[in-house]
Amino acid sequence: MCDTCGCGSEHDSFTLHKVNETTEHVHEHRHDHENHHHSHTDVDKKVLNVETDILFKNNLLAERNRGFFEAKNIRVFNLVSSPGSGKTTLLEKLIEQLKPSMKVYVIEGDQQTSNDAKRIETAGANAIQINTGNGCHLDAHMINHAVKALDPEENSLLFIENVGNLICPALFDLGENTRVVIASTTEGEDKPLKYPGMFQSSQICVLNKIDLLPYLDFNPEKFIANLKKVVPGQPLFQLSAKTGKDLEKLTDKLLS
Amino acid sequence: MHEFSLAQNIIEIVDDTLKQHGAHQAKEIELEIGTLSGVEISALEMALESLKPGTIIENTKVKLIITKAKAICRNCKNEYFPEDLFSPCPKCSGYGPEIISGKELLVKSIVAE
Repeated sequence: MCDTCGCGSEHDSFTLHKVNETTEHVHEHRHDHENHHHSHTDVDKKVLNVETDILFKNNLLAERNRGFFEAKNIRVFNLVSSPGSGKTTLLEKLIEQLKPSMKVYVIEGDQQTSNDAKRIETAGANAIQINTGNGCHLDAHMINHAVKALDPEENSLLFIENVGNLICPALFDLGENTRVVIASTTEGEDKPLKYPGMFQSSQICVLNKIDLLPYLDFNPEKFIANLKKVVPGQPLFQLSAKTGKDLEKLTDKLLS
Repeated sequence: MHEFSLAQNIIEIVDDTLKQHGAHQAKEIELEIGTLSGVEISALEMALESLKPGTIIENTKVKLIITKAKAICRNCKNEYFPEDLFSPCPKCSGYGPEIISGKELLVKSIVAE
């Protein structure tokens, strides 16, 4: 059993890394039935109506995270995308713009390495890296531990950079206020159709790398039409994290 | 492969429920999975099969109920069965319906002994 939060689940093990710190908290749940002491009195065969959401524990922990964020007035954004859409670059630019007015924190999720957390700390935000090991998504339990280690101040912003994957993170509420899905012009215009679950579970869509449009066959109108099929009315921000074009429209929205 | 996480959650729910009821074995479990839940049924089955050994569901029969998606069009209130998350209304071609069923992801019941 996890002695920090009392949970008894057997999640994949994951590790937390603070930049410039060698200490790491390895958190591994074991599920060992040899230690269970069942009372072997005969129990009649019976049907138990369970009706329990398979994600019940994650959702419960996500709500717990949400309550903590709300009490401390921390606004939380969960950034989701496929690998290589420019999430980390976008975050670096957002931090640059936001840090004069607010304290910014970042939880970085990757299968391996602390490379992204290092980039974020260089950009001026406090960051913690979650390495999911074999996991393909972050879950509320990991965020719960990462937030405790990060210890964010009141009235701040927290960005969670999820594992680059447009399928698995869609199902896992982390306790965020807003989920931001990021696509880029180097991907297909049909991304919303291919991964509708992720686009539908997000509240804001960003189309990154618009500076590359002159060199690509990507047609933004097609992308917009596809997005409308999947989530009519979802706010879309077309920008270039690299050049900074139209980035302030997104920061205004995030702070509104 | 979030189906592995889901399979782990299922095992945990079964374990907790059996303990709560003083039962020590699950003969059968019934899961309800909606066609729009974001779960690949075959991946979930595979995940459950590979995680079973050494757990409380080692000898448990897993029954899956697949719930077909049902939606109501927000424009014309037509009720229809969408194939995917962006199937337009067959009547008015409107997008973004209200999904009434198909997102289920439940451990429905356990036959315990």
